[in-house]
Amino acid sequence: MSPSDTSTHATGDRGASPNGARTERLNVEQASYAYSPEAQAAPTFTLAATSFQAHERELVAILGPNASGKSTLLRLISGTIAPLSGRVELDGEETSRLDVRTRAQRIAVVHQESPVVYPALAGDFVLQGRYPYGRALRFATKEDIEIAHNALAQVGADHLSGRTIGELSGGEKQRVILARALAQQPRLILLDEPTLHLDIGAQVELLERLRQLAQENRYAVVVVTHELALAAEFADQVVLLQHGRCLRVGTPAAVYQADLLEQVFEAPLDVEVGPAGRPRVNLRARRGEDAM
Amino acid sequence: MHPLTARHVLWVCAGLAAVLLACVVLALKLGAVPISVTDLLINLGRVAIGRSDQLPSEYRLIVFDLRLPRIMLGILVGAALSVSGASFQALLRNPLADPFVLGVSSGAALGAILALIFAPQLPFVTLLGAFVGAMATIAAVYFLGRRGGELDSTTLLLGGVISASFLSAIIMFLMTTLAGRDLRGAVFWMMGDLSTPVPVDLQWIFMAGLLAGIGAIYSTSADLNLLLTGEREAIHLGVEATRVKLVVYVAASLLTALAVSASGQIGYVGLLVPHAVRRIFGSDYRILIPASAFCGAIAILLADTLARTVVAPTELPVGAMTAMAGAPVFIYLLRRGMR
Repeated sequence: MSPSDTSTHATGDRGASPNGARTERLNVEQASYAYSPEAQAAPTFTLAATSFQAHERELVAILGPNASGKSTLLRLISGTIAPLSGRVELDGEETSRLDVRTRAQRIAVVHQESPVVYPALAGDFVLQGRYPYGRALRFATKEDIEIAHNALAQVGADHLSGRTIGELSGGEKQRVILARALAQQPRLILLDEPTLHLDIGAQVELLERLRQLAQENRYAVVVVTHELALAAEFADQVVLLQHGRCLRVGTPAAVYQADLLEQVFEAPLDVEVGPAGRPRVNLRARRGEDAM
Repeated sequence: MHPLTARHVLWVCAGLAAVLLACVVLALKLGAVPISVTDLLINLGRVAIGRSDQLPSEYRLIVFDLRLPRIMLGILVGAALSVSGASFQALLRNPLADPFVLGVSSGAALGAILALIFAPQLPFVTLLGAFVGAMATIAAVYFLGRRGGELDSTTLLLGGVISASFLSAIIMFLMTTLAGRDLRGAVFWMMGDLSTPVPVDLQWIFMAGLLAGIGAIYSTSADLNLLLTGEREAIHLGVEATRVKLVVYVAASLLTALAVSASGQIGYVGLLVPHAVRRIFGSDYRILIPASAFCGAIAILLADTLARTVVAPTELPVGAMTAMAGAPVFIYLLRRGMR
């Protein structure tokens, strides 16, 4: 890794194709994983070989019920674990082989909110996203401050920079956490159940913002979720998981088949096609003649 | 957006150094034999320009042979305990962590006593024993505090309290059964006291250890800020979490060992001082670590001056003073955290 390579910015020229075709960012190729309590013991959870690609400006939803392997797949993509077989590559480099600093310059991960031990100002929190670019004690440079400002502005939260994290609402906090991810100037943004603690309005706002940011900054965005309706409305591609196996990869219209989803999510539902060609999912209560 | 700058940190340190100096002058002045500030400044001036031969002999005895070594020891112990407290708070993600509360001080004291019993002839043996004792205790408390792979705040504190009382019981046992052996000064490890100055030949070791320990922790202060928001997130932001935790674990144990082998178990300083510093200067570790070092030195110096003067000529152990101030604050923080 040459030193100049590590300073590449998201807005820099990185494989722009002249004819407007989308550059492939993320390539997950037959990646599998197995958790074992001990080295010799039989694995307690396995993720069978999974393949999909994510291009720049694309939003991919990893969809599945609890314990379907969503989080494992996310950890494989983020490079914190290495696949047992297969490869996970970002722009042609295996994510698990990057050193932590380089990885943090290329991949931003947004988790479900974690408890804050000491109060921090939202502005300082966003500046943490500049950590992988700084040296030693990481006092913020003018450039860092400008980038953090822009990141806050991009999520419509510039007015929050002087507030402490603890006093923000769920939606505001989620925006500040997203701004920190933007300040990392990554190529790939991973989000783990980002809508879990948000009300409906904030959920829709977040996903619309993610789509827009992916367009503007040429990120690839991968969202882990179990929200069928949101994925249908906002994802370009859906990866459907169940019991550690990848069942389907494709556009929402191709993946959303009523019988398949009913079987995966163990809930009776209908799928219809909305005006924009995107599927709509309606839950049905089990009552009367529908039961069993 | 006004992020922390290096200039701001330097100004704060300079200000606190001035306060510390004023406290040193005050501590030199106060005591069983009162000395006027003018005399003190004149004689300090004489030392500064290298005319120490002109000092009146009673000054030499009281100020330079009795009070000054004790003051230097107080500065060392206060800085070491405060910085190690702040470090344990980051390492364990727990605002109530403190070397005394977690049992690390007891572990260091036991290590020092065992070293004195089994190998009294070796150099630096109490320091070495205290260091090993501190490292072993914090490792044990860390594993006691884990529940389902995660550090649990309540379990951790309970583990620390239990370890502290267990280790103190062993110390009592050893001191009772080995009463015939030469365990000079072993008693003072129980309460925390500054009346035995560090032997002259060990002073440089202690200073070097203090600076190395604080320096090592300060070099990780940007990482500690991120580790406090969660280890997983810190790794995703580029922190080499394993290396940072190892550095802080070893350095904070060293600082606790330094303090305990020099002065015994002085409690709650590592809790009180970083907490006060957070209130005044914010919770950024890049300012918290140096400010805690200075404020810890100031706090111990003031506490010891009080301990020397409040019922003069009888002296109280400084550990009693810090515990009287610290325990109520601990309860307050605990209850606030539970709400």
